[in-house]
Amino acid sequence: MSGRHFFGGVHPEYHKEMTAGKAIEAMPMPEKLIVHFAQNIGSMPTPLVKRGDQVKKGQVIAEASGFVSVPVHAPTSGKVEAVDMFPNPVGAETLAAVIAPDGEDAWAEGLNVEQDTDSMNGDQIKGLIRDAGLVGMGGATFPTHVKLSPPEGKYIDTLILNGAECEPYLTADHRLMLEHPAEILEGASFFARVLDVKRVIVAIEKNKPDAIEKMKKAVEVKEGYSVEALDVVYPQGAEKQLIFALTGRRVPAGGLPMDVNVLVQNVGTAFAAYEAVRFKRPLLERVVTVTGNGVAEPKNIRARIGTRFEDMIDRCGGLAEDTVKVISGGPMMGVAQYSLDAAVTKGTSGIVTLRKDEVVQFVSDPCIRCGRCVEACPMRLNPSALSIFIEMCHFEDAAEYHVTDCIECGSCAYVCPSQRPLVHHFRRAKAEIRKMSRKAG
Amino acid sequence: MSTAVIVLAVLAFVLGLGLAVAARIFAVNVDPRIEKITEILPGANCGGCGYAGCSDLAKAIVEGKAGVDACPVGSAEVAEKIAKIMGVELSGDKVRKVAIVLCSGDDQVASKKFYYNGIEDCASAALIFGGDKSCKYGCLGLGTCADVCPFDAIDMLPSGLARVDPERCTGCGKCVDACPKGIIKLVPIDRKVHVLCSSHDKGGKVRKICKVGCIGCQKCAKEAPEGAITMEENLAVVNYDIEIPESVAGVCPTHTIVIRGEHLEEVEASEEAKAAGGAV
Repeated sequence: MSGRHFFGGVHPEYHKEMTAGKAIEAMPMPEKLIVHFAQNIGSMPTPLVKRGDQVKKGQVIAEASGFVSVPVHAPTSGKVEAVDMFPNPVGAETLAAVIAPDGEDAWAEGLNVEQDTDSMNGDQIKGLIRDAGLVGMGGATFPTHVKLSPPEGKYIDTLILNGAECEPYLTADHRLMLEHPAEILEGASFFARVLDVKRVIVAIEKNKPDAIEKMKKAVEVKEGYSVEALDVVYPQGAEKQLIFALTGRRVPAGGLPMDVNVLVQNVGTAFAAYEAVRFKRPLLERVVTVTGNGVAEPKNIRARIGTRFEDMIDRCGGLAEDTVKVISGGPMMGVAQYSLDAAVTKGTSGIVTLRKDEVVQFVSDPCIRCGRCVEACPMRLNPSALSIFIEMCHFEDAAEYHVTDCIECGSCAYVCPSQRPLVHHFRRAKAEIRKMSRKAG
Repeated sequence: MSTAVIVLAVLAFVLGLGLAVAARIFAVNVDPRIEKITEILPGANCGGCGYAGCSDLAKAIVEGKAGVDACPVGSAEVAEKIAKIMGVELSGDKVRKVAIVLCSGDDQVASKKFYYNGIEDCASAALIFGGDKSCKYGCLGLGTCADVCPFDAIDMLPSGLARVDPERCTGCGKCVDACPKGIIKLVPIDRKVHVLCSSHDKGGKVRKICKVGCIGCQKCAKEAPEGAITMEENLAVVNYDIEIPESVAGVCPTHTIVIRGEHLEEVEASEEAKAAGGAV
């Protein structure tokens, strides 16, 4: 058991009991799917389909447009009804294909075939993972094959499977670990084979004792694998905090986990890797926790990429009348949505609905310099000073105070007695700093 | 007592001599023109020229890196004076440029897609689904441009739009950079006819979300002298090199085309309304 604890963090109310005991349900085929092309961090894939095209399940509808980019696939067979701008749950309007399913759910040729994985070498596995369009499914959507390609001179000695799931409300990873432990570990073994890693740690917060037990049983037969129970503190599942808690290594400012020889993958990504390598199935569906007091019957749903939030919520008994907020992701890092036309993407881990009495309207007061945000920041930044710089448009100063190292976990804003929108300020500063460096470069 | 006086006097003389010698040896040669030009420049240090303040521009002018008319804020008079110092001829008449916000979709005529409850700043608001306006090209009306304007030339209308006062605007271009929607343009002050819309959306979509948006009907392009108004992706764009008769504004079915000066009365009216509201 690891005794280490990262600096800062907060203890929000978790509300996971709403869905923690509910088995993953399959979502029936909706009437239409809205599949966004921009589903990964990095460059947007190039669309390959236009209105009127017939597509098969698993067919590539947008191809990778660079190294840090992954293809997007049709989640079912059917007809492309439109290619237009739609609200992408990450907080922008992006190009998406509207697919009307034909009901046959017919696979494209060569896919959904069991593979002989024993004879595969690392490059072949990496190729299958890239072609399947895998991205980090914890929410960051960083292309998985890029993480599996450390540059010359860098090596990985530890693979961490992230099952911490520290965001309140969400139970998608929890249920996946309970229901598919062996598949997750097989997916992880593919990552380990690509990078020749001997040590694999499954990291789970202590508030999921059943998952810890299940995974412990599953790793018994695997050499070099272990399960670590982590203290329950937000953001325990953040990459850098997780690495410190488990290994004591600190990722340098502006650096990546590979700088300290660690690779972190979400358990959902490991499951997707299992599907991709073992059965040559592209990433077409994921587990989404639909929860909160705004829905009658919270559920964990396995949904196709492109399923509209409205269909997901209807499946859970519809929205309560006084629901005022629908959030994609968890309440700490998620993005409030304005339209239920927003559709599930590869990074959508949850849909949280909040009712009127649970939401506080934004009234921001001046900073009283109480220092609570400084104590809460797991990156050891000074959110108070940063926000004051940014309010005065002193972006160079904010950069000097390392605003770009902010992981946007929201701990500072959570504890702020003045209810300052700190993360929003930091996101703006990051955008301005990017703009400045583009101009300079 | 007298010893002290003598010692101090000698000390003062020696140190003074040292300072005088040092001033000679370490003297920095400054071109006197730099100082003169700095004095002539407006001194607002707005950065509109691209240099770090007026004295930096003066240095650049003397070094030949910038033209004598590089200050976008100073009038023709300023450029003339600088030209005289530099001993060059000023070529041609320079028409003063002023900023204009190419959107007239205020809260009464343009719809919103959601209720924005956050930081009062356009750049921040634009990070969330591009802002609350249904039109992704629309003025968000939270005043980022007015905040950066060093000359207090931008008014925020209570109806949720930014308006530039051409009299106070010096054309420094700070608002052009600051606007996250990129809908502020610098135009010659003597041009009166403007298309107050930046939307490249198709006409049908524009009609649904804004009553005063350009629907791309091309009527103005046909009415105006050739090449004065061109269609670019469903949007009428004014070519400010060609003068456009004011009658062209009349053909626009959505009243997107306005005559500057007339529409500024609306600014005054709204300010009066604001003042009246404040009195109550």
